[in-house]
Amino acid sequence: MPEAGELHLAAALDGAGWHPAAWREPGARPADLFTAGYWADLAAEAERGLLDFITIEDALGLQAASRYGGPDDRTDQVRGRLDAVLIAAQVATRTSRIGLVPTATTTHTEPFHVSTAIATLDYVSSGRAGWRAQVSGRPGEAAHFGRREFPELSPGRLGDPAGLADPVVAEHVAGLFGEAADAVEVVRRLWDSWADDAVIRDVATGRFIDRDRLHYIDFEGRWFSVRGPSITPRPPQGQPVVAALAHGPLPYRFAAAAADVVFVTPRDAGEAGTITGQVREAERDAGRAGPPLLVVADLVVFLDRDAGAAAGRRDRLDDLDGARYAPDAAVFTGTPDQLAELLLDGRDAGLDGYRLRPAVLPHDLEQITRGLVPALQERSAFRRGYPDRTLRERLGLPRPANRYPSPVA
Amino acid sequence: MTGRPKQVILAAHFPGVNNHTVWSDPQAGSQIEFASFEHLARTAEAGKFDFFFLAEGLRLREQRGQIHDLDVVGRPNTMTILAALAGVTTHLGLAGTIQATYNEPYEVARQFATLDHLSAGRAAWNVVTSPDAFTGENFRRGGYLDREHRYQRAAEFVQAARELWDSWPADAIAADQARGVFVREAPPGAFAHHGAHFGIAGHFTVPRSPQGHPVIIQAGDSDGGREFAAASADAIFTRHSTFDAGREFYADVKSRLARYGRAPDELKVLPGASFVLGDTEDDARERAHHIRRQQVSPQTAILLLEQVWNTDLSGYDAEGPLPETDPEPDAPSIIQGRARQHADSLETARKWRAIAEEKKLSIRELIIEVTGRQSFIGTPAGLAAQINQFVQQDACDGFILVPHLVPAGLDEFVAKVVPLLQERGVLRTEYRTGTLRERLGLRPPRPAAAWAAAAQAAGSGAPGPGLGATAVSA
Repeated sequence: MPEAGELHLAAALDGAGWHPAAWREPGARPADLFTAGYWADLAAEAERGLLDFITIEDALGLQAASRYGGPDDRTDQVRGRLDAVLIAAQVATRTSRIGLVPTATTTHTEPFHVSTAIATLDYVSSGRAGWRAQVSGRPGEAAHFGRREFPELSPGRLGDPAGLADPVVAEHVAGLFGEAADAVEVVRRLWDSWADDAVIRDVATGRFIDRDRLHYIDFEGRWFSVRGPSITPRPPQGQPVVAALAHGPLPYRFAAAAADVVFVTPRDAGEAGTITGQVREAERDAGRAGPPLLVVADLVVFLDRDAGAAAGRRDRLDDLDGARYAPDAAVFTGTPDQLAELLLDGRDAGLDGYRLRPAVLPHDLEQITRGLVPALQERSAFRRGYPDRTLRERLGLPRPANRYPSPVA
Repeated sequence: MTGRPKQVILAAHFPGVNNHTVWSDPQAGSQIEFASFEHLARTAEAGKFDFFFLAEGLRLREQRGQIHDLDVVGRPNTMTILAALAGVTTHLGLAGTIQATYNEPYEVARQFATLDHLSAGRAAWNVVTSPDAFTGENFRRGGYLDREHRYQRAAEFVQAARELWDSWPADAIAADQARGVFVREAPPGAFAHHGAHFGIAGHFTVPRSPQGHPVIIQAGDSDGGREFAAASADAIFTRHSTFDAGREFYADVKSRLARYGRAPDELKVLPGASFVLGDTEDDARERAHHIRRQQVSPQTAILLLEQVWNTDLSGYDAEGPLPETDPEPDAPSIIQGRARQHADSLETARKWRAIAEEKKLSIRELIIEVTGRQSFIGTPAGLAAQINQFVQQDACDGFILVPHLVPAGLDEFVAKVVPLLQERGVLRTEYRTGTLRERLGLRPPRPAAAWAAAAQAAGSGAPGPGLGATAVSA
């Protein structure tokens, strides 16, 4: 269980780092991005820094310079990636404490497969699994499956880059989140479809399981129906941690209804307070039961001992890329000590923690684990060890009772 | 031919969700904890096996409309557990069974290419198809496939996956920091496949993996399955057969290869096999009988009998005689979630009655007698000799061994039989570097377009892929 005043801290891993030119930095390992060793080394570094968890980005389509666009002709940026759930499963065998939260889509992947995959990750990691549930709205990704046609997320006016004001796009996006909510519901029901004590191995009656402790989930929705039960017994955490990245009211409502952790993108501490308020409102609207969402802010970080060096590095990478890096989250350049102060401001504004996106790997991750973490510990704002066994425990989430009643033994 | 004898291919099958797997033994461990999978994989690697093998079933089996509770139930997600095993092994191949029916080519190709990267070239895919609407109730697509089209869809699925694996040239990634070139051409991974079952196009996200194409295994003994294997697979996983039946199967399958422009050594024949070891022949037979009694509890005996009679026999005593009533082959099937194994139940019942009467057997004794006897029973020296004989005399190219215990079911085999095979010079004593494909003696993968062309040339009678498929290289 977290102590009062302690922040939750996660690292978001993606390719060579979040800046599109990160792979060109000295110390980057661009030739290793598709090897097991690369990911194991990053996870080990994050675990050395006692981070709560790592997330691993994924998508069923190529990266592009434009967030909403399809494949482009840039040869100077990282293209290609491995399946995040499988990376996490392998990393689980090379780590012992850190939480592992891969991304998997709610749009194309069968909820049944997501459910067993994350449950299995939870077994492999002894209770350290999470799932970042992500919608996949890009039409190019839908064409990889050939079952549905999605409208273009057209570059709209300023402040509406995906063209969300367009009614066709708005309906599409609302549908994606509706389907996502159903997908998470199915995944969660499947996790609960076995009672913890369903395996009885009763030699006298010859029964391996007590089938009264297995449950059909009988989900029927607009996009799919799933009968159940799962093929995989209830995972060690009961319900692995579900996270969602959210930039506005619609995804806040999705997170409030479906997730345990929401990643948000405030520009500063003031906006952090506003967004936290909106998230709480979404929880009320959704009639959320159980623990409130953990509100965790995303932040891209360039960290160096010298603040000027960090800013200079960002400028250099922007020059290499030919554009000012303008991601969906705020960007911080400075020293670990300065960052520690900023994070405490966010905490005081109501945030539960941060998911830091290292601009360059492994450099900025090492600055987090070796610079920021000690700085936060000095301020009594971060753990000095890993006292908790499971990711849920670390996040202060109790192990949930099963939603399905079982006969009394 | 060199002077080196034909090498025995060995694979370790994680004990499955059926009554072959004994859970009631005091030694039987968890079917789901990772430690069990790790133990079996590490044992296989210590025994210099070629690969680890995992089966899959995507709906819990039911009988009499209820979830089957007598056998082991529950299993992990195939790809996730294999990715984890890649982290605790170094040389062992990792073969996973993945349905062509309840998955999409883009995702499956992506997962196997990822596994191949993470394991440095050790991935294998056992392709299975099911037309089963019962299992389909767990999936978006449902179970719409009719039996006739299952191999066509599977063949096209594999063909589409191969096109995806070919979509990145081997040297696509430059990662040249000085020149600022990450990919040589952009966007990489372009593909387009338009066939009877799949119409997909776009860009694949995974760079070409160490093996190029993971090893493709096809499970199934039917005529359609054999032809699919000859047209599309690197190995065929067959049901256990006797030496003579094995030779016949081997010759038949290998003879189908020429039609697709393939040499006999391009398709490995690997029967599943169970085994029991003893210090003496008598000791082994006694242990085999004990294991059979564990595998066939009184309740399981009744259930297996019901699968032939196709009616509720729960009122019968397993230690008593067979029912006097006949099977009901025309009634709705009482079992769901696995294939029916008794084509002609009236004939099977007649045979079983004759055996039971002749040998004075109870229901349970009869079931022990007529179902699932172990493939190999004997001393370590006897087993090594038999395995080698099957391989040298072309009844197969090796075996997928199925232990009856989790997780230690392979320990004794590796300790006692493996050294004898190594002494005979038919099993490696050390792993050399290289991919699973290389270790199995397979050639570098043919391009997807060549597979399609070969299937087309073989004529329309083949369950050919192709079907207008085009591969676009970036």
